[in-house]
Amino acid sequence: MTDTPLLKVRDISKFYGARIGCQNVSFDLWPGEVLAIVGESGSGKTTLLNCLATRLMPTSGAVEYRMRDGQMRDLSRMSEAERRFLMRTDWGFVHQNPADGLRMAVSAGANVGERLMAVGERHYGNIRETAGSWLGRVEISVDRIDDQPRDFSGGMRQRLQIARNLVTSPRLIFMDEPTGGLDVSVQARLLDLLRGLVQDLGLSAIIVTHDLAVARLLSHRMMVMKDGLVIEQGLTDRVLDDPREAYTQLLVSSILQV
Amino acid sequence: MPTPLVVSEVAKSFTMHLRDGLRLPVMSNVTFSVKAGECVVLGGPSGIGKSSLLKMVYGNYAVDSGQILIEHGGRLLDLATADPRTILSVRRATLGYVSQFLRTVPRVAAVDVVAEPLLGRGVDPAEARASAEAMLARLNLPRELWQLPPATFSGGEQQRVNIARGFITDHRILLLDEPTASLDAKNRAVVVGMIEEKKAAGVALLGIFHDEDVREKVADRIVDVSAFSPRKAAA
Repeated sequence: MTDTPLLKVRDISKFYGARIGCQNVSFDLWPGEVLAIVGESGSGKTTLLNCLATRLMPTSGAVEYRMRDGQMRDLSRMSEAERRFLMRTDWGFVHQNPADGLRMAVSAGANVGERLMAVGERHYGNIRETAGSWLGRVEISVDRIDDQPRDFSGGMRQRLQIARNLVTSPRLIFMDEPTGGLDVSVQARLLDLLRGLVQDLGLSAIIVTHDLAVARLLSHRMMVMKDGLVIEQGLTDRVLDDPREAYTQLLVSSILQV
Repeated sequence: MPTPLVVSEVAKSFTMHLRDGLRLPVMSNVTFSVKAGECVVLGGPSGIGKSSLLKMVYGNYAVDSGQILIEHGGRLLDLATADPRTILSVRRATLGYVSQFLRTVPRVAAVDVVAEPLLGRGVDPAEARASAEAMLARLNLPRELWQLPPATFSGGEQQRVNIARGFITDHRILLLDEPTASLDAKNRAVVVGMIEEKKAAGVALLGIFHDEDVREKVADRIVDVSAFSPRKAAA
C-alpha cells in the first residue's frame, strides 16, 4: 500500500456555454480503490468522467495522475502524444456501448492484441496467446478468437471490451455504465467478473452508473451527483444505508426490492 | 493493553427529507466500552436501536457527535470522524462484522464468500480456501453446498456462511448481529464455542442475541440500549 493517491482531482468544472456540465468536483482516488459516481441522467456523471479521462477538456480545475515512476503529472499539461500513450497503456476506458470501444470489423483476438502492440509487443505467437488467455478470463471461448465482435452478443461484446482494456495491465479503469443495456443475468455475470478482476489485479476504477445496486456491489466509495454538483460522498454502504441529502434519500428509497 | 473499543457520548438522529425534514432522534449519550476478551451484549426491546448502534460502530451509519475510539495498527482512531479509506482499512484488519443477513453476490461460491476476507488481507488463495472449508465443515454446512452460490440457500445455511465469513479472520473486534437467530440447537452450540474461542484469544465482542440461552452462555455484561434511547426518556 502506497501512501499517495493515484489520481488527484481539484475543482474540476465543465461548462457548455452557460450550461453547467459539472462544477467544482474534487477528490482523491487511491490505488486499489473503486469509486462509483451515481446520479440520474443529465446529472453530469459522464461529463465528469470524460473530463477525468482527458476525453473532454475541463473549463477549469486540475487533474493530476501518479505515473509509474511515482511522479504526479498534471494531465492538462501533458502533450497529446503522452496522453494518448497513457490512455493506451496505463488506463482503460470501458464504454457503455461496446461498439464505441471495440473495432467491430476486426477479430476478437486482434481487438485484444492491438493494445498489446501499442505497448511494444511484436511477437505474433505471444500476442495471440495472451489474447486467447484474456478471452478465457472474460469467459469467451477461445475458438471465437478469429470472429469479429459484430457477430457477438451484447454481453460478449462488453466482456471483450473489458479484456481489450485490461490486457496491458492498466492501473486505472474508467467505466461508463458498463452494465447498461444488458439483461439482468448477463449483468450479474459481468459484475461478478469485474469484481473478481478488480480484486485480483488491484485495479483502481471510476465507475459511472445510475444503478445503485451496481455501485453497492463494486465500489468502496461513492459520489452522488445532481445538476452538475457532487451533493454527497463517502463510504458506499454509508451513503446507501444512511443517506443525508434529500436527493440521495429519494434515490435510495426509489430502489425496487426484488 | 488499551481497551479495543470505546464509545463515548455518541448521538445519532435521522433527518427524513422525504417526510418534510422530519427529524428522528435515535440515540444520545451512548457511552460504553468493550475490553479485550470480553463479550458485551446489547440489550433492550426490539426497535430500540441495537442494530443501529452496531451499524454506527461499523460505520454504515454516520453519527452526529461523540467518539468511537478503536486501536488500529498501533494507533488510536476515532471512527466517528475517520475518512472512508481509513474505515475500509479498519474493517479489513481490525473490525469484523457478522450481519443478520448475508448480502449475496451472484455466482460466487459459498467457500469463496467465506475466504474473501482472508484474500483481502493477502493470505495465499489455497490457504484461505482451506481455512474457509474448515469453517464451513465446523458449522455443519453440507459439503455439496460449498461450491454453490449461497443465494438459493435456506436462512440457516446462509447465516452459517455469514458466520464463517465473520469468524475466519483474527480481527481484534467483532460485531455480531443476531448470529444465531435462524440456527438449530446443534449449530447454536457450535457458534457459542466459536465465540468462547474468540474471547480466549482476546477478541473484543459486541453483539445482539435474542436467544436467552445463547446470551447467558456468552455475555459477560449487558448494556441496556434503552438507556440511550429518546423513546425511553419520553416514556
